[in-house]
Amino acid sequence: MSMPFYVAPEQVMKDRADYARKGIARGRSLVGAVCAEGIVICAENPSSTLRKVSEIYDRIAFAGVGKYNEFDQLRIAGVRAADLKGYSFSREDVDARSLANQYAQILGQVFTHEMKPLEVEILVAEVAHEAADDQLFHLLYDGTVIDEDRFAVLGGDAEAVSERFGAAYEADADLAGVLRAAVDALAGAERQLVAAELEVALLDRAGSRRCFRRLADDEVSRLIG
Amino acid sequence: MHIPTFRTQDDPGPDFAALLRSQGLGPAAPASAVTTAGTIPHGTTVVAIRYAEGVVMAGDRRATSGNLISHRSIEKVFPADRWSGVAIAGAAGPAMEMVKLFQLQLEHYEKVEGEALSLEGKANQLSQMVRNHLPAAMQGLAVVPLFAGYDTRRTVGRLFQYDVTGGRYEEDDYATSGSGGLHAATVIKLGFADGLDRGDALDLALRALVTAADEDSATGGPDPIRGIWPVVATIDAAGFTRVDDQELAERYATIAGGAR
Repeated sequence: MSMPFYVAPEQVMKDRADYARKGIARGRSLVGAVCAEGIVICAENPSSTLRKVSEIYDRIAFAGVGKYNEFDQLRIAGVRAADLKGYSFSREDVDARSLANQYAQILGQVFTHEMKPLEVEILVAEVAHEAADDQLFHLLYDGTVIDEDRFAVLGGDAEAVSERFGAAYEADADLAGVLRAAVDALAGAERQLVAAELEVALLDRAGSRRCFRRLADDEVSRLIG
Repeated sequence: MHIPTFRTQDDPGPDFAALLRSQGLGPAAPASAVTTAGTIPHGTTVVAIRYAEGVVMAGDRRATSGNLISHRSIEKVFPADRWSGVAIAGAAGPAMEMVKLFQLQLEHYEKVEGEALSLEGKANQLSQMVRNHLPAAMQGLAVVPLFAGYDTRRTVGRLFQYDVTGGRYEEDDYATSGSGGLHAATVIKLGFADGLDRGDALDLALRALVTAADEDSATGGPDPIRGIWPVVATIDAAGFTRVDDQELAERYATIAGGAR
């Protein structure tokens, strides 16, 4: 009778984490940040139909990097959970924290129990009436939840982008200022990004109900002008 | 919050009603006639009129339980989404539930698919919901809505009327529903012209509701003492806009001046 080889659990986890990180590193990055008008999410995305940034609920947005079909499934699951909760209780009871915890549970479950981890990183953002109360939850492939302070950078090149963005970002800046900083950080020193290569959405702080709004290319061009 | 997961073949797609059923939250039809449990509130007269830029929808504010007035300020005209509205007549409880579900259905579809349904698609959705409600209607809980919206692809206002079986009928000019609907329809029929402007269409809708309230005890008239006016909304290229009470009060004052 043949015996399976023994592999140390540390090694299994490390292999899975490496695998997930490699998958995520292949994709492009995105930045989510608090600005005066709300929360702006800016992703480098040459496709205008396969979205990385989407609406979940009235004041909650979702953004994902990595494998498109995997984070899109998570997005749809989040929309379902939020709509069901809003239907059963009230629209006010739907919150980003509880959604982030549910996502963490799914990601953690898949990471430890399945052959292949999900090759995604996601951002769950909720805009409040005051900028100080905005919430940004950054979730990693293994279910780790990071409660980001003013901004979050996701994706392959996150560390470098985060460093560039952190240097240019001012927390009380307006939409145009934050968006310019985000685009410059995503592009880096050698490149220039134009509106057609970007996907930008805003969770509008002043909105009354559904606060999520996509910014069209011409509006983005004008803002980063 | 619980995240529902599905096997590929059971996935409800963008259908919120199917998602509710899969979670055991779908509404169940009553087991016996509801009239045996006593009278329940009913909402009455709603109208929709097409005008040059879109559609006007209006509904009175009364709900009745048999001979009694159960609510003086119920609302029967709701936005379905940004570009469309729904008005309800019939058993108030199930009607409100249907509107809530319809609004969610449109929003859910838009979020899951990343694109809003066409106006035609929305009208068909409502038709299915009315049809699914038929077992409850047979037990005395009929709901008969009106649906109107601005068709952003064809850039015109369109309106739809339904019957209790889910039959969907697109009307060219106007539609009414509820117990005072017959009287309201007569007023609109006589006053309607192609390409009415916004003000004339609003006045016509208000006059139709006044006449309905005159002739039908289940329809409430304007109530200047308490400041309760009908719910009136316009749906045009700018979307669903509720007409404010101030404007309605002024329009009613003009109508009253010429009505004696």
